[in-house]
Amino acid sequence: MSIIEVNNLTKYYGKSRGIVDVSFSEEEGEIFGFIGPNGAGKSTTIRLLLSLIHPTSGIAQVFGKDVTTHGPEIRRDIGYLPSEVYYYEGMKVKELLKYSASFFEGDCTQRIKELSDIMELEQNRRISDLSYGNKKKVGIVQGLLHSPKLLFLDEPTAGLDPLMQRKFFDLIRQENARGVTVFFSSHILGEVQRLCNRVGIIREGKIVEISDIRTLQQNNYKKVNVTAEGLSPATFDLPGVTNLQVEDSTIHFFFKGDINTVLQMISSVQVTDLTIEEPTLEEIFMHYYE
Amino acid sequence: MNATIYRHEFRARLKSVIIWSLSLATLILFFLSMFPLFSDQAAMMNEFLARYPAQLRAAFGFDKMDLSTVLGFYSFTLVFVELCLAIQAGNYGFGLVSIDENELTADFLLSKPVSRTQVLTSKLLAAFTSLLITDLVVWVSTILGFLLFRSGHDYDPSTLVLLLLSLVIFQLVFMSIGLVISLLVRRIRSVTPYGLGLAFGAYVINGFSGVFGDVKLELITPFKHLDPTFIVLHASYDAPLVLLDVVVILVAIGVSYWLYTRRDIPAVS
Repeated sequence: MSIIEVNNLTKYYGKSRGIVDVSFSEEEGEIFGFIGPNGAGKSTTIRLLLSLIHPTSGIAQVFGKDVTTHGPEIRRDIGYLPSEVYYYEGMKVKELLKYSASFFEGDCTQRIKELSDIMELEQNRRISDLSYGNKKKVGIVQGLLHSPKLLFLDEPTAGLDPLMQRKFFDLIRQENARGVTVFFSSHILGEVQRLCNRVGIIREGKIVEISDIRTLQQNNYKKVNVTAEGLSPATFDLPGVTNLQVEDSTIHFFFKGDINTVLQMISSVQVTDLTIEEPTLEEIFMHYYE
Repeated sequence: MNATIYRHEFRARLKSVIIWSLSLATLILFFLSMFPLFSDQAAMMNEFLARYPAQLRAAFGFDKMDLSTVLGFYSFTLVFVELCLAIQAGNYGFGLVSIDENELTADFLLSKPVSRTQVLTSKLLAAFTSLLITDLVVWVSTILGFLLFRSGHDYDPSTLVLLLLSLVIFQLVFMSIGLVISLLVRRIRSVTPYGLGLAFGAYVINGFSGVFGDVKLELITPFKHLDPTFIVLHASYDAPLVLLDVVVILVAIGVSYWLYTRRDIPAVS
């Protein structure tokens, strides 16, 4: 069963675009990366799935139920970490977590303690005294304390130092290993690459590509760097070559297609150095933006 | 209704309720403590007021007010009490959902497994409880003031009950109108200007309408609908106008539910 099923989901805020005709699905136990630049519609999609906003048209289902009609029921098993965390400023950390836990059935005290220990969160400080990173930690504990089956992470790592980021990723992997499905929105590709099984790329409100993270890296493009004396860019004027750049005696380009054609070309030259590598997601991603 | 939200909302307003209640109790007892002085020289006082221009007297409602009776004097006091209650209730109405959206805690609340209807009901009941507590304090201080300062003057207890109960309807009008306005606009940055504006606007319309005589502008303001002078004079409510208030409250709250369940919660911008 798909945990998230979105069909032709469209959201306009008056006349300005939120997202247009977005369709995708996420299976149980997956970590789905949702990447795109700021303003592409990542948060809009998450807010629609949480029914914080209502769709202009299209259907979104979570756990097989329509989000507009079954919101409260669905949200029982959802954890949400917003990109900007804002909480009741006058409250203490433990009061806020207690308030948050009181919306859910069962006793979360033990879980709150565990999570706070992992994230090194002090319980007795006032929310208003916390730094941005510390508020983010509150957000993480708050989003996980009721052991949700589906996690929405909206640019979760902003404000966390590298050490905390690693702890956070470990935590997400642990949750995922227990069967928790994760929807991970980000514009930092490295972290998506590290964590996700599948990615959707969104740009100007539309999905431009959904694929397995491996397929995205392997089947598409190779990054070729050739260093040789007296190399001319014209040598690599082949179909499938893009982003050709010359840097002193080195040429970089992306290649899509049968790699043998490139190899034949290269073998005709006396090379000093040659690398053919997987492009990073970042590089693929930039490619979608052009 | 969700007990958790109710408790949280109630606590968030507790300080404000205490401040308003204590201020109003002080105001009422202070005014009533002057009654013995007034009633002794009532004739002189009424004569003194008669010297003011008719328009000015009308604006403050002195033309129909008899300051020599304890209820007449109290109805004069009550106009100021009403003004305060209007500001308080308006503030609560305007802030009911907009504070959460402004301080961006709405995302926190609405991503929990509760329906919008439950959220609004809990918030409304919490605000209503806060208003009722203020009322209780007003009622107790009024009765205390009457016991201490009526200096032997008689009054009709049932009229007093009418006066005291009218405050509840009065508050509900301002709260529900504040709420519906806050949901009609996209975002309210600060609650107080709206609350003050609504309360003073309604108060001034009532006063000025008196000045112009024939203009029936006052028919839109609760200050007229629940005019204490009228209640004292007739020992009853102005039934059609009070009914109008009840309709306004019900419609405003109904529309608020309709709007809130369909509302797009503004994101951080």
